[in-house]
Amino acid sequence: MADQDIALVAHLLRRAGFGASRDEIEAKAAQGYDNVVQDLLNPEAQPAVENDLLMRYFPAYYEAAAIETNVQSWVFKMINSPRQLPEKMALFWHMIFCAGHSKIDSGQEMGRMVAMFREHGMGNFRDLLYNLSTNAAMMYYLDNTESHKANLNENYGRELLELFSIGVGMDEGFNYSEDDVKACARAFTGWNVATPYPPFPHGRSPWNFRFDPADHDETDKTFLGETGNWNGDDIIDIVCKQPGTARFISRHLYNYFVADEPQVPAWRLTPPRDRAAIETMEKAYFDSGYQVNAMLEALFTSDFFKDESVRYAKVKNPAEMVVGLLRMVGEHKGEIKPGLFELSQEPKYMGMDLMNPPTVEGWHTGREWIDSGTLVERINFASDILGNTELPGVRSLVDRLMASGDTLSPQQFVDGCLDLTGPLVVTDDTKKQLVAHASKEGELKHGSDSEQSEFTRRTGEMFQMIAATAEFQFG
Amino acid sequence: MVSTKKDPVLAVLSLSGGNDGLNTVIPLNNGLYRDYRPTLAVPEDQIIPINDELGFHPTMAPLKKFWDAGQLAIFVGIGYPTPSYSHFRSMDIWHTCEPEKIGTEGWLGRATKQLDPTSENVLTAVNFGRGLPRALVMDGVPVASVGNLETYGLLTGIDGESQRNEALDVFGRMYSPAIGTGPVMDYIHATGTDALKGADILSTAPDKYTSNVEYSSTSIGQYMKNIAQTHLAEFGTRVLYTTSPYNGFDSHANQAQANAGLWTDVSRSVDDFMTDLREHDASDNVTLLLFTEFGRRINDNGSGTDHGAAGIAFAVGEHVKGGIYGNYPSLELSQQEEGGNLKFNLDFRSLYSSILEDWFHLEPEPIVGGNFERIKFFG
Repeated sequence: MADQDIALVAHLLRRAGFGASRDEIEAKAAQGYDNVVQDLLNPEAQPAVENDLLMRYFPAYYEAAAIETNVQSWVFKMINSPRQLPEKMALFWHMIFCAGHSKIDSGQEMGRMVAMFREHGMGNFRDLLYNLSTNAAMMYYLDNTESHKANLNENYGRELLELFSIGVGMDEGFNYSEDDVKACARAFTGWNVATPYPPFPHGRSPWNFRFDPADHDETDKTFLGETGNWNGDDIIDIVCKQPGTARFISRHLYNYFVADEPQVPAWRLTPPRDRAAIETMEKAYFDSGYQVNAMLEALFTSDFFKDESVRYAKVKNPAEMVVGLLRMVGEHKGEIKPGLFELSQEPKYMGMDLMNPPTVEGWHTGREWIDSGTLVERINFASDILGNTELPGVRSLVDRLMASGDTLSPQQFVDGCLDLTGPLVVTDDTKKQLVAHASKEGELKHGSDSEQSEFTRRTGEMFQMIAATAEFQFG
Repeated sequence: MVSTKKDPVLAVLSLSGGNDGLNTVIPLNNGLYRDYRPTLAVPEDQIIPINDELGFHPTMAPLKKFWDAGQLAIFVGIGYPTPSYSHFRSMDIWHTCEPEKIGTEGWLGRATKQLDPTSENVLTAVNFGRGLPRALVMDGVPVASVGNLETYGLLTGIDGESQRNEALDVFGRMYSPAIGTGPVMDYIHATGTDALKGADILSTAPDKYTSNVEYSSTSIGQYMKNIAQTHLAEFGTRVLYTTSPYNGFDSHANQAQANAGLWTDVSRSVDDFMTDLREHDASDNVTLLLFTEFGRRINDNGSGTDHGAAGIAFAVGEHVKGGIYGNYPSLELSQQEEGGNLKFNLDFRSLYSSILEDWFHLEPEPIVGGNFERIKFFG
């Protein structure tokens, strides 16, 4: 199999999922890129994650109230779900449709919201916005529960336009006015949360959406040039028709799947990095009647996605860093064992407190994932996993390296290690340092027992060095 | 304004989970306290009186010394208008000084920026614990976050000192400024170099340290020891922060036993810390602040207490003017905050403003977001 096929499929699996082991990458590459894309786009053909396995070990996780439990269940699914793209899309929408535990204060509701993203995240964008706008936790998070016919609260109406769909503007123009925000908020009056049952004695009950017609503003509203007695679903219909919405979703998809873009507030004035790529996705959005999976198909089958210039052109987010490493070495995959809780907290230490984004604007991505504290966490976590040659998944990489030749020169050794941990592309400077480091102990053999243990030790150390490179921060 | 021989330093211990102020600094001879706390009221004869009206929980004897020496300031009825009963939100409000909207910058991050505008010292602020509390977050301010000072550093998983040193050497060269690799790569290289520098310096602290003080083996005790070690190593660190185990003070159930353990630990750790610094002649320029996100419900629930409003904070130090600041909130029904809680009368931003102005000699308004009355507790 050609190396470039492996590199391309590895790129696809890192982006459209949370990466894979070398064995899986090679097996998928043998199926052919286009077939792998189709499998990703049709997740129902794969079995769902074995949630029963988790519940068998942790019965209390069923409808659990604690946030940590819900985060742990999610991380388990990221690692284990054979349906990788819906899992990746659940994270995608969580990073855009931000609601945080800091206000919602219910792990169960955060878990339900993520489950909704998992279920609808690749479907029709209109349905997704409708589900979002009838999500009780979101209505509470953005104060729609405080928005009344006689006393308007614009928060949800504004964020729906600014952060969830159309965006403030594009190509230097504005996409909507302050009057549109008010009209939008008025249309969503009465979209509220049913009074919850008191938590005692049976514990908390799930929150439910309730439309209250008596609190809904029934007068005419002019929204984006269209006048009528609009309700929230009419607003969603109008929003979905806007070119701004196609642009906004396309740019988000590009930033998440292809290459780092500037942050959202810059989008009105800063043109897309690759305008033709954005236009391809915008066209798929309209041609398909707002199908997200059609946009994804256009993206993954495009030349702009396959291009070598966009590989490792994104700083990995912390969930990608943590889950990607676990999947690379097959840890916590297909089995429940101690340590999962601590692992599920790792993204938080790296600056991504899952289910609790800092604000409705979400996490800033790209280089903003990195500061001196989070970089130490990332490097130490990655090097501890990849350098642990007692893990079966790491051991199998060492064995592969041994199988590549009886004697490896330092150069071959470094190339082999980089290939097995990605294949990772590093700058010439970085490679020079790694080769110089390897050269100090000379060539590697694995004939005798002592040579084998030296080989193993040196490979573990080289993996740790690779995990510590600046290049490894990218995915 | 206070002047110290060396640059003033603030150490912070955040009591995570909402400490029950009412059972920490307890109203004496108060019938309402006994009525509202049928299960949890501390028997009158076990309370350690500190004046005619108030007394400490029996586990807090080590703190009484500081009170008697006039070095313990107690801030009662502290909080902010319209209390939030969510841990996360309320802690965020204390961290960011933004009760109305969601803030992203922390007050100590901003203060650190003012103390070291060009980030000359990568260790101006150091956090002990995993992950950075919002209080220390500020764009462009490097803050080291140390899970364990004894083992802190990069590539800590590499066995063997010489192997690790060699690996760090390679790391240093890999992260040296690169040419033509783009702004993001440049930034990561610079950040990696800062992190390595910080870790290199910090890792020398435990070796430099000797002490007669035996800290408790709990995480609070060990992190207070790490704070002392870092301070004594004289790296120029001005803000040292740690948090008690996450939500440990969230005493909905079994509070009597749990809080006795916690306050035994906190009191001992504060005493050990101040004693340690004093024995090293390094206590003059340190103030220690203890705070929590909220107090708890006045009425106990038969086993513990639920989330409340106004709480209690402490400041300890040789330049602290001991005393009670703020008014102890009344337990009278008509004086309560809605929902059976203590009503605040002292804004936490007043406490911060006083620290910033009198201790750090900074202008508080831009840091806490407004002009708040100062509490004159330094002297």
